[in-house]
Amino acid sequence: MSRVVHVPARHESASAHVSGRALYLDDMPEPPGLLHGALVLSPHPHARIVSMDLSAARALPGVVAVAAGDVPGVNDIAPIRSGEPALAQGVVEYVGHPVAAVAAPTLDEARAAAALVKIEYEKLPALLDLDEAIAAGARVAPDQMVGRGDVDGALADAPHRIAGEVRCGGQDHFYLEGQIAIAVPGEDRDMQVYSSTQHPTEAQHGVAHVLGLPFAAVTVEVRRMGGAFGGKESQATIIAAIAALLAHHARKPVKLRLPRDVDMEATGKRHPFRIRWDAGFDGEGRLAGLDLELAADCGNVADLSPAVVSRALCHADNCYFIPAARYRGLLVKTNTVSNTAFRGFGAPQGMLAIEAVMETVARHLGRPIEEVRAANFYGDAPRNLTPYGQEVEDNIIAEVVAHLDGAADLAAWRRDIATFNATSPIIRKGLATMPIKFGVSFNLTTLNQAGALVHVYTDGSVHLNHGGTEMGQGLFVKVAQVVADAFGIPLDHVRVSATSTAKVPNTSPTAASSGSDLNGMAALIAAREIRGRMAGVAGARFGVPAEEVVFADGRVSAGNQSLSFSEAARLAWQERVQLSAAGFYRTPKIHFDLATAQGRPFYYYTYGAAATEVAVDTLTGDVRVLRAEIVQDCGRSLNPAIDLGQVEGAFVQGLGWLTCEELKWDAAGRLATRGPSTYKIPGSRDVPPDFRVHLLDRPNREETVLRSKAVGEPPLMLAISVWLAIRDAIAGLAGEGPIRLDAPATPERVLEAVAVRRGHAGAG
Amino acid sequence: MAIAFVLNGESVREAAAAPSMTVLDYLRTRAHLTGTKEGCAEGDCGACTIAIGRAQGEGVRWQAANACLMLLSQLDGALVKTVEGLATGDGLHPVQQVLAESDGTQCGFCTPGIVMSLYVLQQDGAPDDAAIHEALAGNLCRCTGYRPIVDAARALCAAPRPSEPAVATPRPSTAHGALGELHLFPDNLADLVALRATHPEAVLIAGATDLGLIASKQRRGFPLAISTRRVVELKRIAHAPDALVLGAAVTYADALPAVEAAFPAFGALIRRIGSRQIRALGTFGGNLGTASPVGDTLPVLLALDAQVELAGPAGSRWMKVDDFLTGYRATALAPDQVIAALRLPYLTEGEQLYVWKLSKRHDQDISTVLAAFRVRIADGALVSLQAAFGGMAERAKRARTLEAALIGGPWGEAAPEGIEAALASDFAPLSDHRASAAYRRAAAANLVRRLHLATTRPDVVLEVHAL
Repeated sequence: MSRVVHVPARHESASAHVSGRALYLDDMPEPPGLLHGALVLSPHPHARIVSMDLSAARALPGVVAVAAGDVPGVNDIAPIRSGEPALAQGVVEYVGHPVAAVAAPTLDEARAAAALVKIEYEKLPALLDLDEAIAAGARVAPDQMVGRGDVDGALADAPHRIAGEVRCGGQDHFYLEGQIAIAVPGEDRDMQVYSSTQHPTEAQHGVAHVLGLPFAAVTVEVRRMGGAFGGKESQATIIAAIAALLAHHARKPVKLRLPRDVDMEATGKRHPFRIRWDAGFDGEGRLAGLDLELAADCGNVADLSPAVVSRALCHADNCYFIPAARYRGLLVKTNTVSNTAFRGFGAPQGMLAIEAVMETVARHLGRPIEEVRAANFYGDAPRNLTPYGQEVEDNIIAEVVAHLDGAADLAAWRRDIATFNATSPIIRKGLATMPIKFGVSFNLTTLNQAGALVHVYTDGSVHLNHGGTEMGQGLFVKVAQVVADAFGIPLDHVRVSATSTAKVPNTSPTAASSGSDLNGMAALIAAREIRGRMAGVAGARFGVPAEEVVFADGRVSAGNQSLSFSEAARLAWQERVQLSAAGFYRTPKIHFDLATAQGRPFYYYTYGAAATEVAVDTLTGDVRVLRAEIVQDCGRSLNPAIDLGQVEGAFVQGLGWLTCEELKWDAAGRLATRGPSTYKIPGSRDVPPDFRVHLLDRPNREETVLRSKAVGEPPLMLAISVWLAIRDAIAGLAGEGPIRLDAPATPERVLEAVAVRRGHAGAG
Repeated sequence: MAIAFVLNGESVREAAAAPSMTVLDYLRTRAHLTGTKEGCAEGDCGACTIAIGRAQGEGVRWQAANACLMLLSQLDGALVKTVEGLATGDGLHPVQQVLAESDGTQCGFCTPGIVMSLYVLQQDGAPDDAAIHEALAGNLCRCTGYRPIVDAARALCAAPRPSEPAVATPRPSTAHGALGELHLFPDNLADLVALRATHPEAVLIAGATDLGLIASKQRRGFPLAISTRRVVELKRIAHAPDALVLGAAVTYADALPAVEAAFPAFGALIRRIGSRQIRALGTFGGNLGTASPVGDTLPVLLALDAQVELAGPAGSRWMKVDDFLTGYRATALAPDQVIAALRLPYLTEGEQLYVWKLSKRHDQDISTVLAAFRVRIADGALVSLQAAFGGMAERAKRARTLEAALIGGPWGEAAPEGIEAALASDFAPLSDHRASAAYRRAAAANLVRRLHLATTRPDVVLEVHAL
């Protein structure tokens, strides 16, 4: 039998996907009596709810309508802090804030009933602008600090000093499947909730809080999501809780599925950041001190923002040792939708910040940015200590960057671009590289645990369940590979099953790129437990010690004695040996003190590098990415096909964040881009036509599951090379002006940057 | 009165559902075919893509369409194929097989729509990468980064296409009524004009790619609708001695070969209007009748000095498109009239047409600015120019000050001056979520510079997509 792990294996649902047979929540057969839900959203960015009249909606036949006052438990679904209601309580704080919800026999009736809910508001002053909100001191949570050393002294003494500002925009997740939950009331107030969620346990807690139920009375299940990207971590809890509240009052099953525009208005996105920095450095570009302020637009409540900002601060070093560092994170409150988790979780903004610094320093000194970066790379002690106190023990960035150079031949590539630019006055090319170091583990140490449940049946088939959720990233097939490998059986003998709070309790979200690391290890521990028991039984049969029993090629063997795996399973059953085990894993070595922002938050780091070529139209600001070359560290990849898909998909998603995806609000605070007709994610033609990804195949030095590394988020940040390449193209224009280009680099921003570079006041 | 179609090989005569029900809702809630997904309900994500077949010659011509925007009544007489209808038996169709083997699925939600777009693409033979991207422009994938999907498309198009037996298409009827709605499908111009005169309150539906949003997103039906889709006279494409004449109900897809042959730049633009799903349904008459300030064909029609034929009880008459467009989504169409045809005068000797669309994304995006220039240059001078812009005013509009400033002037090596001032006199654009007024002004002026370079410096690369 060929290997089942460290080899490409298809997504476990690929055939179901392509045939249309994969069931998403909205495709499930509807239970009898199902009602359809709809939300009533706030039209104001900030207002007091003076009165609410649900009577007209409730007067319609079969309609149930609820608001904050109908919550039997506690109207709070905050994932980290508190005071974040599922339905607005007393005040609304953004346009799109869910105020009330209705359920009716049909979707159209629900939407009609929602329109009958009468709410009187008293408008309050709204903070819609990030700068104004920063100045006003509006915050959703206390500011954070990561740092060390005498920054002011280092800045004052440095031979060179520059300050700058750059901004990056938010990003809608645009999972193709919108938010959805189906709540089914059971016996004795039990509530079964099918939720498109990355965090079934948090959805379970949210529902239990809102309904005033013990956690044990609420079961949350999810088989698959149609994409999530962080958008179905805390946000899915809101939808699950409201669906359950409606079902509780209706005493009937309720499906709450948000139409795309409601989804985009009502649920959170990636945090926009304003980044300000002040750097002191020597003639080689080596940083002596860096004062960095990362102001995150958190929206109306904290949600996951404290953790997002924490990760941003812990990634603003990227690959660089900075002796004196003061990184401040501001958790700014605005009257916009609360921003939330999104692939990268603050790290993209933190890395964009430091790369803006590196690029400006390099340009100031007239040195290649690669040289400036190399001068700052983490190295041997004492240059291996991060500002948050973790030693970088597994540093391979120099090797990764060298690998990229070898694969892409950067010097020849640059010559080709220079040759093109020499004769091209309008379309200008640019090239930039981007190294990354990404810390793997949740910053909050507690979350780094996972459980799994493995059953071996007497026919040798294996049922696998764990706390991780499948959102398309291929987690289920990877964990199944690990289990199949442990038992030495073909992959298709392992059946993965829907994630459920009833099977594995108290789980962490499937997030932080940690799904395979945590759940794969928990499943491996469970499988090894069963394998040990089976080895004992087989060893007794063979007359050898259990340690001599080998599981391979679908057989359980010792010397020339052998049983098929199913025979061994049946034998164990006959001997009354348990063929089921719960595995539990906690990530070792990690600790982090949130108060001091010091410790070892990350079990290990993963590394990558990219080089990207763009073409810029200096007349229109149009940009096209022509070529991207990527080297990504995956440890010993569990599944190179899945990992390749993660790298490519993340890069293109990052490309979207930095170029075409622009969220715009109107003057009244309403999101103007609330559908794909106005919010443009990349299409197939936006992907570089020459796109080459190399997975660096070498074992993780830490004892992760089969020495693999996490891959979900890190490559998104490689797309910062796209933004830097656009800046490179603009820098190649004749002109003395600065390179001033915020993200996303829309045609409008690019054209403006071209004008500024050329010393023109306005666009053009 | 029943709506008759063939769904995945099974004949359906639907008399109980409202004619305005979207095809997506019908498939998911009535036919219980949940493979077709709702991703946006506005015809942009493609998760609801299905294949619509109509008899063509001996066989069937399949086109991709957005089920979310289609009204059930539009299915009358058609073959419909969904992702569930591709495979025979328990296996997978080659399109499905190749996509799965290419690791072309992650979350899988967009996949059924992508399968259907590739299925239709495969019918077209062996296309190049440009055709693959064109076929995928109406399908968004948020997971894969598209590379494996494009690889799958290349593999599919290299393979021989499976032959399919011809299927008889159901006989369409001229009226569909249910649940208080009546949708009329006249098959000749006289009947259309008569119905229009009798029912001025009726909604006139062409491809419904715009009106479909009312059913899809606002969840409102059309109690009384008259469709132009089956009117024979409105489906004609005629090559007059001096002009290309397109019936108002000719779809973008049907017109493309003739338009591309006569006006290559216009053809290239049409390939960027919406997506293949939209172009299978959207019509020239619909785009003109909607009279959006960012209607993509309108500046081109203005630059070409196109004329529109209006048919009514008093007969038909031709008028200039420039006179027909009267304001923001406003036209000179009388309540008892219909748009019958468009007349696109051919370019005369020495004339060139340039059409440039600016948008945040190259494919399937709404124009920020669209410029169309019909120009003749002789002996280093600009002899004639018709310049029209979309996205710069409340309606697509000629830039007459610009034209006057440039016509007759030298058109040599140095870029012409006074462009900004002339355009400022012609247009006062708005700021919106697509771009600011300042960008629109600057970009419009720069497109005139691009015109200058395009006509004087053939060696210079002018578009990033030309690389």
